[in-house]
Amino acid sequence: MAKVTYNSHDHKTHTIDIQNGLSVMEGAVQNDIPGIDADCGGGMACATCHVYVNEEWLDKLPTKEDGEEDMLDMAYEPKQNSRLSCQLIISDELDGLVVNIPSKQA
Amino acid sequence: MNKTDVLIIGAGPTGLFCAHQLGIIGLSCEIVDNLDKAGGQCIELYPDKPIYDIPAIPECTGEELTNNLLQQIKPFNVKFHLNERVEKLKKVENRWHVKTTGNQEFDVASIVIAGGVGSFEPRKFPLKECEKFEGKSLFYSIKDKSIFKDKTISIFGGGDSALDWAIELSNTSKVNLIHRRDGFSGAESSVQKVKELNNQGKLNLYTKYQIASLTGNEKIDSVSIKHDEGEVKEFKTDYVLGFFGLIMQLGPILDWGLDINKKTVEVNTENFETNINGIFAIGDICSYPGKLKLILSGFHEGALAARGCFKYAKPDEKLRFEFTTTSKAAQERLGVKK
Repeated sequence: MAKVTYNSHDHKTHTIDIQNGLSVMEGAVQNDIPGIDADCGGGMACATCHVYVNEEWLDKLPTKEDGEEDMLDMAYEPKQNSRLSCQLIISDELDGLVVNIPSKQA
Repeated sequence: MNKTDVLIIGAGPTGLFCAHQLGIIGLSCEIVDNLDKAGGQCIELYPDKPIYDIPAIPECTGEELTNNLLQQIKPFNVKFHLNERVEKLKKVENRWHVKTTGNQEFDVASIVIAGGVGSFEPRKFPLKECEKFEGKSLFYSIKDKSIFKDKTISIFGGGDSALDWAIELSNTSKVNLIHRRDGFSGAESSVQKVKELNNQGKLNLYTKYQIASLTGNEKIDSVSIKHDEGEVKEFKTDYVLGFFGLIMQLGPILDWGLDINKKTVEVNTENFETNINGIFAIGDICSYPGKLKLILSGFHEGALAARGCFKYAKPDEKLRFEFTTTSKAAQERLGVKK
């Protein structure tokens, strides 16, 4: 279990508990947190679950697969701290993770 | 006016297999798709990537799956309307009239929406000022490459479209290729070619840069790009091209009065009919308790929706359940009866 905080671009904050094994994307979708579309359902095929990860968390996350980096090329305003939230799988180590939701997904 | 029993919206695997199931039970159909070829997400997102969970097919690519499905529906001579997006829907007595963006009209007994996550549209630049140049000096696809001859073109993106066009246009134009990172998602041979052309001075490659702003009145005069570290470069350009792949948008279907929940259409699981009688939804676009977004689920949904269409197309007839192995009628429709 980990507490994850989602900051929206218009400064709204949602903090929820997510079970280990679910993704940061699934946590958002199941809890109706707006701004994460996840059109492809977690298949790393669409870049609509794009988030910016707070700097201090970047090293603690699982490394990006090539496919994720390729999809991020398609994201709206990708930055160096961009990740696809469907690829961030929750574990106890991620307790306290903070992600920022972009103003648009596409 | 195209008159047929069923209009299928979407030529992805689910729509194609639904056409097969309609054919088997003796109904006619036509298929509309916004892309220029059949296959949907399989062709647009992962034509070369393997799929491992199609029943009885241990491994196939998106392209192979599509080709096999097209082969499977060949006996039914299904008519495709590609590069067309459905737009308007009207109920006329007990039939539906549908109009597309290209002014194609259909008169059908029922409709099966197999639209995936919506129709594919190009992803655009995040900058507001891009809109006013779009279609004039800024493009997301190329229809007539002759307009670029002897001009300066700035291409953004790192996939196959960006690389292929950069290589091709570098023959006749001055090309800048700008990409947000050092790695590319396009074919390795194209990446090598681009780097070679860059070394020979035949194109200018800028990596770790993204678009920052555009200037110009009627047409683009110059483009500014910003490096990851903050440095900004500005150069003159006649055209800007963006190749960021495609996104999926539900589009006009949203206005049809369907029950829509999180970009999906709610259906029953008996025949995948929506809240509107005669309109069915199958595949990724439909939702119901337990929905799995798998191709195999779409096949099941298409088989049941096809049977649901029967009563609208042939209200006076009764549909009998038959196996293709033993049904004479089905084998005649397949053209395999000896």
